Amino acid sequence: MMKIRYSGRYWLAAYAVLFMLFLYLPVLLISVFAFNNSAVPAFPLVGFTTKWFDALAAAGPIHQAALNSLNVALFTAASSTILGICVARATTRYAFRGKQIMQGVIMAPLILPEIIVAVSLLIMMLGLGLELSLATIAAGHILFCLPYSISVLVAGFEGFDRSLEEASMDLGETAFGTFWRVTLPMMMPSIISSLLVAFTVSFDEFILAFFLAGTSPTLPVYMFAQLRFAAKLPTILALGTVILVVSVLLLILAETCRHRAGRRMKFEGT
Amino acid sequence: MAGTGAALNKSSAPTQHLSARNDDERKGLVLISAPFLYALILLAVPVLSVVAHSFWTQTYLTIDYSLTLENYRIALSEPLYQTLLLRSLRISLTVGIATVLLAFPMAYFISFYGGKWKGLLLFLVTLPFWTSYLLRILSWKIILGRQGALNTALMSAGIIDEPISSLIYNSNAVILTLAHSWAAFAILPIFVTLEKIDRTLLEAATDLGDGPFLRFLRIVLPLSTTGITSALLIVMIPVVGDYVTPKLVGGSEGIMIANAIQSQFGRASNWPLGAALSVVAMASVALMSGVVVVMIRALARLAR
Repeated sequence: MMKIRYSGRYWLAAYAVLFMLFLYLPVLLISVFAFNNSAVPAFPLVGFTTKWFDALAAAGPIHQAALNSLNVALFTAASSTILGICVARATTRYAFRGKQIMQGVIMAPLILPEIIVAVSLLIMMLGLGLELSLATIAAGHILFCLPYSISVLVAGFEGFDRSLEEASMDLGETAFGTFWRVTLPMMMPSIISSLLVAFTVSFDEFILAFFLAGTSPTLPVYMFAQLRFAAKLPTILALGTVILVVSVLLLILAETCRHRAGRRMKFEGT
Repeated sequence: MAGTGAALNKSSAPTQHLSARNDDERKGLVLISAPFLYALILLAVPVLSVVAHSFWTQTYLTIDYSLTLENYRIALSEPLYQTLLLRSLRISLTVGIATVLLAFPMAYFISFYGGKWKGLLLFLVTLPFWTSYLLRILSWKIILGRQGALNTALMSAGIIDEPISSLIYNSNAVILTLAHSWAAFAILPIFVTLEKIDRTLLEAATDLGDGPFLRFLRIVLPLSTTGITSALLIVMIPVVGDYVTPKLVGGSEGIMIANAIQSQFGRASNWPLGAALSVVAMASVALMSGVVVVMIRALARLAR
């Protein structure tokens, strides 16, 4: 009996290692070829070079696209986090009619096929006579990132001890003062985590941006257009490497914040 | 309005005073109103306008607003769209099943043997999902291409002489790429339900003489059907709407319904037809999901 259980565990562990390789190897290949001294991504590797990164540093349009993405992602992260705080607070703290339906509509972009969301937004924006621009992309991204922000924030808000707020009110703080000086600082780790996750999702988002972009592209839209030119591929791989490293760092930061939030709740809640 | 609502809604917070409940209801509604209106205006209204467009007609640069079912006739009877729709549903179902099969053992491993590493493992597994979607597809284009990483690696190792050209530009390449993209995401719901399984049930089964296999079949699997079902749904539904993967690795044999939708809203510029195709795609994936859910429930009942 015991023997069977242990061997089962080893098979599973071996599978877990293979699964991780399957997940990570393809993405890591991008970075491997970004440092390879050849214009085509193929084996055997030719030699180490940083020239594709040098080309990246010199490419003006890429910088402009990166700047566009940065602006959109910053605006999106701030907006979806603020809206997300409202939703997380309302759903974890208050009972009201229509809660389920409202939550359902807000969370819907998470399960709808993205192209449907993109096409609908495009029809509406053009129908309203709006010119496609970075603003229309940001409007779409806020809608798309809001469910992610809410998931992160609700997890943080759920363990919140309401008596702390009551204590603050009893001691003479106003409702706003209580929110500003008690609730918000307690929620800060999950708020930061929501900002980082929404930023990453918006920065990487392609489908909505592709439909809603006017003349100024975001980074993924620019990259997609460049894929038509085989000669540009190594530079795109270098760019991809930079994006991957930055995304991973941001996500590690977000996870650390979330973790801290969880610990803080446990510590101060009891 | 909020007042009558609170009075009617007697089930909520029965211990609280009526005025406090009233106040709660108002505060909650005020808080959620801004995000709700945002989602209503940018999602519900636009989706309805897509549905409306599907009943109109494109006449060169303008739209004829008289109601017609012509777009649906084209969307459902044109052989090209039939092929694309059926292929999209087949790919989405295959990817759904493949991701669940790939994800389940991993979720099981993390839940049952993760120990203090659970959090870290879960983070590592989901990390690639958050990194660029475009880059993940691009990496498979690089791997599977005729002069790509896999072919050149196999050739320089002397395993093959000629590059294998059937690796890319077909629906299998699309399925592989999508399964890789979504495998990590499918782990989350499965992991959550596995975590909820009472471990003493397993001990009880062992005491009553069930071996590991029967124990898994009769306890773990039936109790994790909710997770398996939601994993299937959160993979199958978005996959139908993907057009970048088929575009980059699908070739003409791998393109999907979303590519047709994209082209009607782009080059072909026939919004009403594109809208009808969108509605048909959404309705058929919803129908397929419904069937899958019913089938899984029936299977779970059988296993018990």
